[in-house]
Amino acid sequence: MSAHTTESRHAPAGRYVGASVPRREDPRLLTGRGRFVDDIRIPGLLHAQFVRSRVASGVVTSIDLSAVLDVPGVVAAYTAADLDVIGITAVLDRPRTQFVPTEMPILARDRVRFAGEPLAIVIAEDPYAAEDGVEAAAVTYQVHTPVTSAEQALEPGAPLVHDEAADNVLLDVSMFATEGIDEVFAEAPCVVRVRTRTGRQNAVPLETRGAVADWDDRDAQLVVRTCTQVPHQVRTVMARSLRLDERAVRVITPDMGGGFGQKCVVGREEIAVAAAALRLRRPVKWIEDRKDALTASFLAREQRYDARAAFDRDGRILALDADIVCDMGAYSCYPFTAAVEPLMASAEMPGVYRVPAYRVRGRAVTTNKAPSAPYRGVSRPQYVMVMERLFERAARELKVDAVELRRRNLITEFPYSGVNNITYDAGSYLDSLNLCEQVLKDEGWYDLKAAAAAGGRHVGIGYSCFNERTGYGSGAFAQRKMSVVPGFDMTEARMDTTGSVTITTGTLSHGQSHETTLAQIAADELKLDISKIKIVQGDTDRVIYGWGTFASRSVVVGGSAVRLAAVKLAEKLRMLAAGLLDTTPDDVELDDGRVRRRDDPGRGLGYAELADIAYLKAHLVPKDLEPGLSVTATFDVFTDGTFGNATHGAVVELHKGTGRVEILRYVCVEDCGVAINPMVVEGQCRGGIAQGIAGALFEQVTYDEQGEPSATGFLDYKVPTASEIPDVAIHHLETPSALTESGAKGVGEGGTIGAPAAVLNAVNDALAPTGVELNDTPITPETVQRALEQAS
Amino acid sequence: MTDRQLITLRVNGEPYELVIEPRRTLADTLRQDLGLTGTHLGCEHGICGACTVLVDGAPARACLMFAVQAEDRDIRTVESLADGDELSDLQRAFSAHHALQCGFCTPGFLMLAEGFLAERPEATREEIRELVSSNLCRCTGYQPIVDAVEDCARRRQASRREHDRAACGEAERSGHAAGA
Repeated sequence: MSAHTTESRHAPAGRYVGASVPRREDPRLLTGRGRFVDDIRIPGLLHAQFVRSRVASGVVTSIDLSAVLDVPGVVAAYTAADLDVIGITAVLDRPRTQFVPTEMPILARDRVRFAGEPLAIVIAEDPYAAEDGVEAAAVTYQVHTPVTSAEQALEPGAPLVHDEAADNVLLDVSMFATEGIDEVFAEAPCVVRVRTRTGRQNAVPLETRGAVADWDDRDAQLVVRTCTQVPHQVRTVMARSLRLDERAVRVITPDMGGGFGQKCVVGREEIAVAAAALRLRRPVKWIEDRKDALTASFLAREQRYDARAAFDRDGRILALDADIVCDMGAYSCYPFTAAVEPLMASAEMPGVYRVPAYRVRGRAVTTNKAPSAPYRGVSRPQYVMVMERLFERAARELKVDAVELRRRNLITEFPYSGVNNITYDAGSYLDSLNLCEQVLKDEGWYDLKAAAAAGGRHVGIGYSCFNERTGYGSGAFAQRKMSVVPGFDMTEARMDTTGSVTITTGTLSHGQSHETTLAQIAADELKLDISKIKIVQGDTDRVIYGWGTFASRSVVVGGSAVRLAAVKLAEKLRMLAAGLLDTTPDDVELDDGRVRRRDDPGRGLGYAELADIAYLKAHLVPKDLEPGLSVTATFDVFTDGTFGNATHGAVVELHKGTGRVEILRYVCVEDCGVAINPMVVEGQCRGGIAQGIAGALFEQVTYDEQGEPSATGFLDYKVPTASEIPDVAIHHLETPSALTESGAKGVGEGGTIGAPAAVLNAVNDALAPTGVELNDTPITPETVQRALEQAS
Repeated sequence: MTDRQLITLRVNGEPYELVIEPRRTLADTLRQDLGLTGTHLGCEHGICGACTVLVDGAPARACLMFAVQAEDRDIRTVESLADGDELSDLQRAFSAHHALQCGFCTPGFLMLAEGFLAERPEATREEIRELVSSNLCRCTGYQPIVDAVEDCARRRQASRREHDRAACGEAERSGHAAGA
């Protein structure tokens, strides 16, 4: 694989940062010795499943669980009335004209708002018996007409999903509205418009959600092992819901089989399971089956845009105006609320382009569908697609090459203060586009496209340029007016008497390789072999506090906290050693597991010797130092974060007869600043691109008029396989971040953000001779086939 | 429903006697009754392949098979691949190519490839890609999995050629010796 790396200001000085260190997670996962939630067995363990609503909207008129209790093996069955727990309400501190808070009960009380909503929990000695029990439940409903689309939700007189949201709108914000924007549009020589719809998707972590809850009498604590990206936030909600002191809840996340955002919100089922365990005083396990995961967990991405852009004769963008409606389903997710998609899109839509005037209206609409949660990229796959379509449209109108048009509009001077009140730190927007185009030219794809066209084949090339804000700290989330403000991270670094170091992180790796990458950061600071460092995560009793893993925050925020803690521990080692070596801390240095005098490198003390003194011979510790070797550090971001960027280029061929879109080549030129571990960065890019392609071409949850979801299994919800996902060539640029301690920027979401736009543009490029333009995703074989037939 | 049967299973070379319901899947039996939790369940309807194990050497979905159907068959799970802490060549290739992230689908892909390479040692990259398309992975984008399986296949081929050459040389030498 060819690579292109620019000169780095933060040239890796250490041995580990910048190297593709083998993953420390791998051996246990490769041998079947990982421990996922469903692998946990506790003596006396019971198994839970949920009775779920069969109707999308209505009132439960009766729920009879007597037959459930007669099923052999069933131990208990509870309704909302039996459990009496407090529901989940996610709030923004905005006026009711902008945001309407709604409650998601743990179990539906009487009103049901989507097909699949949990009504009762059945607990049995055996998972099979629990399912038998669920089938024995008798529920009757007064069925209401469901709201199954955003259009329907917004119609006057539409049925209401929540009585308190009088027009089915949970968020309605109009932002920026640059003065004179209407005049700009009126006078501009070129105005283009794009209307887009994107399909409702499921993030599909291959491990479904699940939890094991158990009351521990000795610790007077409810111990909940659950696959969540945000253990501390689950603890907070669970304690409130169950009316427990927060210290009486311990949330542990074992190995986790993916999340992609679906697990970064608090689920009602994990709380119901905990409530059941508390009542029964026995351990209870719930493992979501795939049908429930597809129909009743958290979905995402169903959005529609009506966007206009004005350009001058030279192809410079003058203004952007967008109306964004996000179908957030039945409930607001905690802590982000149903506003997460429209607020992300509204705030960030101008992206990598110099947009001088901007107006946006963003709405979150509630419907009778499974609720939405953040999903990898959150709205950015959608608005990037819209922006890139606007540029393609304008290029066609202005008869300018679309890549050239982008070049004229990309931000090139940094820091750049955008019309959307965001300051963008340095990136390689132009370089990444130029390199991506060059690669596709050098590889001969433009020649192939021309030859293919001459031969009657439909080959197209498409690009997308985008950035990815990473390191949303308390500042950025407070701007959204979240009442629960995520952002900071805390780390403890502790050295034991053998000189080994345990480092806790509030982030939560579930595939992202933090056990490796965070250890790389710490090992370089501590000048210590990486094998002597263990990263601990996912336990609210062991990790002081943190906000988990989402929004590409882990290396930026968590990684910086780890580095700061390592620096502090190194300082403490220097102070201790200086006292013992009769010199000052400034006159000693760390070197390969020991602290030595600068003026006399032969005189030094190994970490184990220092730790031995710090703990076991505390009388020798210099008087101004505390015994022990433990430090904590926090990191937060109050600025606008740090922006990774990339350009993606896709070459597709459309197959007449089947309507298949075949991706012939996919090139990604990414810039995430200093790559802590290039192998991991490439893995994040490839996996993200696969998910972006999935959204562009394959995956969609649809609902019929009764609000019944179409996809209940993987035969209907088409997760792409190795036959559909192409090999991806990745090229690296490096614009280090000045914000982070390591120079790194986040890279978790970029692949997913860029892929839909690149694929859609390539498809439209291939369709150009037909005059048909597609703007909705997923692009199905049917639409492609129709377009090709229309042309012939 | 509560009728139970006594069955004998042979898993990773070890015999097990079990009393189970006939409706119990092989996957549940492996995981819950034998404690072999390396076999994962991603869909329970035969699509994702996370539960792939070897039955008489051939990859099979353990979620689509009842344990009672596995009697007198030779079952192999992911737990059989490594030799203590020593990873197999296939496992090492997965790690070297970053063919796993969350690791949930990994045991299924490993067993799929293990069974396939035993049957088709000379497989081409395209055949390997087709094989890999049997299972779902949500993290890697598949390319690293294809790379890993291909790398493992090539190394095994090279090692077989090496072995054949050595054996050939040995035969020639002994042939000369016999002729002399």
